[in-house]
Amino acid sequence: MGRKILTEHINVPGIQGYEVYRQHGGYRSVEKALKMTPNDIVEEVKKSGLRGRGGAGFPTGMKWSFIDKKSGRPRHLVCNADESEPGTFKDRYMMEKIPHLLVEGMITSSIALEANLSYIYIRGEYMWVYRILERAINEAYAKGWLGKNIQGSGYDLDLYVTCGAGAYICGEETALIESLEGKRGNPRIKPPFPAVVGLYGNPTVVNNVETIMDIPWIVMNGGDEFAKIGIGKSTGTKLISASGHIRKPGVYEIDLSISVEEFVMSDEYLGGMYSDRPLKACVPGGSSVPILPAELLFKTAKGEQRMMTYESMSDGGFATGSMIGSGGFIIYDDTTCVVRNTWNFSRFYHHESCGQCSPCREGTGWMEKILYRLEHGYGSQEDIDLLWDIQRKIEGNTICPLGDAAAWPVAAAIRHFRHEFEYHVRYPEKIKDRKHFEYEPWEKVKHLMGTKEAVAV
Amino acid sequence: MPKVTIDGVSIEVEAGTTILNAARQIGGDLVPPAMCYYSKLKGSGGKCRVCLVEISKGSEANPNPMPKLQASCCTPIADGMEVKNMTSQKVQDMRKGVVEFLLINHPLDCPICDQAGECDLQNLGFDYGAQTTRYQEGRRTFDRIDIGDKIQLHMNRCILCYRCTYVADQLTPHRDHGVLNRGDASEISTYISHAIDNDFSGNMIDVCPVGALTDKTFRFKSRVWFLKPYRAHRQCSHEKCNGQVDVWMFGNEIYRVTARKDDYHEVESFICNECRFDHKNNADWTIEGPRKLEKWSVINQGKYMKRTAEVNIDTEKALLLGRNEDRKRLSMVAPEEAKKK
Amino acid sequence: MALAEVKPEQVVFSEKLMKRIEELKSHFPDGKKKSALITVLHEVQDEHQDWLSVPVMDKVAEVLGIKPIEVYEVVTFYSMYNQKPVGKYVFEFCRTSCCATRGVEDLMEYTCQKLGVGMNEVTPDGMFQVKGVECLGACGYAPMLQLGDFYHEFLTKEKMDALIEDCRAGKVEKLSKV
Repeated sequence: MGRKILTEHINVPGIQGYEVYRQHGGYRSVEKALKMTPNDIVEEVKKSGLRGRGGAGFPTGMKWSFIDKKSGRPRHLVCNADESEPGTFKDRYMMEKIPHLLVEGMITSSIALEANLSYIYIRGEYMWVYRILERAINEAYAKGWLGKNIQGSGYDLDLYVTCGAGAYICGEETALIESLEGKRGNPRIKPPFPAVVGLYGNPTVVNNVETIMDIPWIVMNGGDEFAKIGIGKSTGTKLISASGHIRKPGVYEIDLSISVEEFVMSDEYLGGMYSDRPLKACVPGGSSVPILPAELLFKTAKGEQRMMTYESMSDGGFATGSMIGSGGFIIYDDTTCVVRNTWNFSRFYHHESCGQCSPCREGTGWMEKILYRLEHGYGSQEDIDLLWDIQRKIEGNTICPLGDAAAWPVAAAIRHFRHEFEYHVRYPEKIKDRKHFEYEPWEKVKHLMGTKEAVAV
Repeated sequence: MPKVTIDGVSIEVEAGTTILNAARQIGGDLVPPAMCYYSKLKGSGGKCRVCLVEISKGSEANPNPMPKLQASCCTPIADGMEVKNMTSQKVQDMRKGVVEFLLINHPLDCPICDQAGECDLQNLGFDYGAQTTRYQEGRRTFDRIDIGDKIQLHMNRCILCYRCTYVADQLTPHRDHGVLNRGDASEISTYISHAIDNDFSGNMIDVCPVGALTDKTFRFKSRVWFLKPYRAHRQCSHEKCNGQVDVWMFGNEIYRVTARKDDYHEVESFICNECRFDHKNNADWTIEGPRKLEKWSVINQGKYMKRTAEVNIDTEKALLLGRNEDRKRLSMVAPEEAKKK
Repeated sequence: MALAEVKPEQVVFSEKLMKRIEELKSHFPDGKKKSALITVLHEVQDEHQDWLSVPVMDKVAEVLGIKPIEVYEVVTFYSMYNQKPVGKYVFEFCRTSCCATRGVEDLMEYTCQKLGVGMNEVTPDGMFQVKGVECLGACGYAPMLQLGDFYHEFLTKEKMDALIEDCRAGKVEKLSKV
């Protein structure tokens, strides 16, 4: 069993409420943080090696140290609870089960950043979680953990929860800030970065829910303790939301030191494949990251064991690796059609593109249309190359990372599963039914490809 | 002052200048195109992505190249920065890609578009567009909405540069239109059909890089290249308008009035609607002289202003200088006097 | 008048709603009250048959002291706001990858067939509507749907039948409590 930093008390009855949470050591990190200097807290977080859990994996301590404290402008901490990456549902689980941990983390982190007004921005679909958080915040106000002069320390902090209304793009930090200001969620052009010009033009830090929830433990136990868990630069524990064709979908807290094989196959974690069909592919970090075929999931291209760490998961670059991203771990068995799945992702990104910059606005829609054609048997060989060319021209040329996120899954699918795309082009009759791989998995039809007869058909 | 090198040409510019503006100070072919950036509108830029450039050296302090192409209109220069635009294959390749993206849903109705001939997208298509399209699907269309009797909105042609929203925000008392919907369904609209009616709304026509916003009083009147633009002015009573315009004439008739534009198709000063729409009478304007256009502009095809090589004929000056008697005898008129007459 | 057009003069915000709007406005600094817009629109939509008509949006603009176009821009950007009347119970199925792998497409077809409507159509009695939406963040609990503020997870055809019956019997709560 791995360490449980976040989920230790998650199943205690009544932990949603203040009293039980406090009895289990709640809000002690606030008491401790109020006695520390803000810079000491930032130092502890730096020492912990904690990396942003929202997907990019940027070191949190470093992000905090960038915030502009010199200008004397008010500072803000904003918690990004706009969890919308397909495959990711860890934040919702945590906020629903143990809301006070987020509130506590927000207070402690705000102390470190010397922020006096902080917000939690939650996606609009999680409305009932919004109410839970609102209740938790009200309890914290009532008990003197928020408001003026917190616990007699002279430090003031106001914390509010606010919500979105159905836009994936608002998970991008500058779009989130725009949305929080009551506007359309169009990402801003960077620089300036939020650490200098953020919410209301003030220096702002935006952190993921899980990142914020790690802070109380780090403050209580020290950054060094946190850094002891995990391998290399992947420190601490990480929440992984597992879904797809597995026996035990759900949220798991893992040490960043176990192997992928153990995670997928052991009964402690995912418990192997649902209905015992062979594993085909895995998207290990939310829909945006490249898909990995089964043969590259447990072992890297070099033949080493792949671990659940930032480094190991990205071993081999995009050619043979992927990313741990936000921890949305989706497993696919051999009944899955990669073309259909890629079309599904593309439709998602097309739907969620904000429409501000041209490559993403036009490119995501174009890719979706081509993938629709391929999936429904109207595609041609040129379409596959065209698709490759379009994704190449979107990637890296957009204002925000959504363009990259839309391009990567398409690129990886073509890279690793080009044969399936070609199968769709050459046997349009066979793929008409969306469940064609359930009836005839790839293993059964692959002989049709690569033979002379097949070319003649 | 920090020094920046663009395509091998170095220039010293003020700190905080963007790459695009530094390039414009150099001028010539190395200036990246811009569809959404507008120097006179705060906050514009960064959206169309045609001005992407490669930064092969970040700065003197940090000489690493930047991994991604950067939008030159909103990336400030750093001392020692080296930028590649026309000399970078990657940039040229990506720009072709962006132009393709801009064109896949564009109706390409140039033959009936009033903007044709002075359209930035046409220019861009000419420089970077492909001969054929790889886009097989139907093109996106929008429902028409009426935004008043002065301005025609053709949403199908729009490339969503957002310039018109900045005009409304920054020049007019209030904004009645905006960008609605999301993704490739985004459109410029007033939501409910609603006339955009204020003193400066006409400037949206001038800032629009394509034919999405055109002048209703000029609609289908003439192709721009059949007209001759002249610099003209009048005494305008509007406090924010200086009455300095271009009038576009056919013979002696004024077909339309626009603001004066510079080399990068940006207006020099915004003009009021009264000047733009209500004064099509010759008597209202003092004509200053023909407006200069780029040599390659299609509007020059009227050939009325073809510039020939300058030849100095000094005969008169050299031979007759100070010899008024001779001059009279030869019935020649001194150039100064000719002007007075 | 469940699905009728709302007339401008009919737009009345209840006292409770106005109080809530004032509370939400108080969460933001002076001069930044527009920030409350997105949350306010949710509350307003809940009180106005789950959709936002032009008069309703204009009223929101008035209450927050902003221009109507600023409200229209926001409403059209976010997918949770309805600009047209909707059914009383809208089944919003998540159809993104993880749910799709666990059979949400079959379930959507089943539901449409059972209710006798196509996707996005409202049943003649105005009770139901089936929609496909993008990822709702319940990938591990697939297939699932959203109904009002709540999620219904690990769905099967039997559960779907029961849910429809419960809706007909008026036993399904749509709104989470303030």
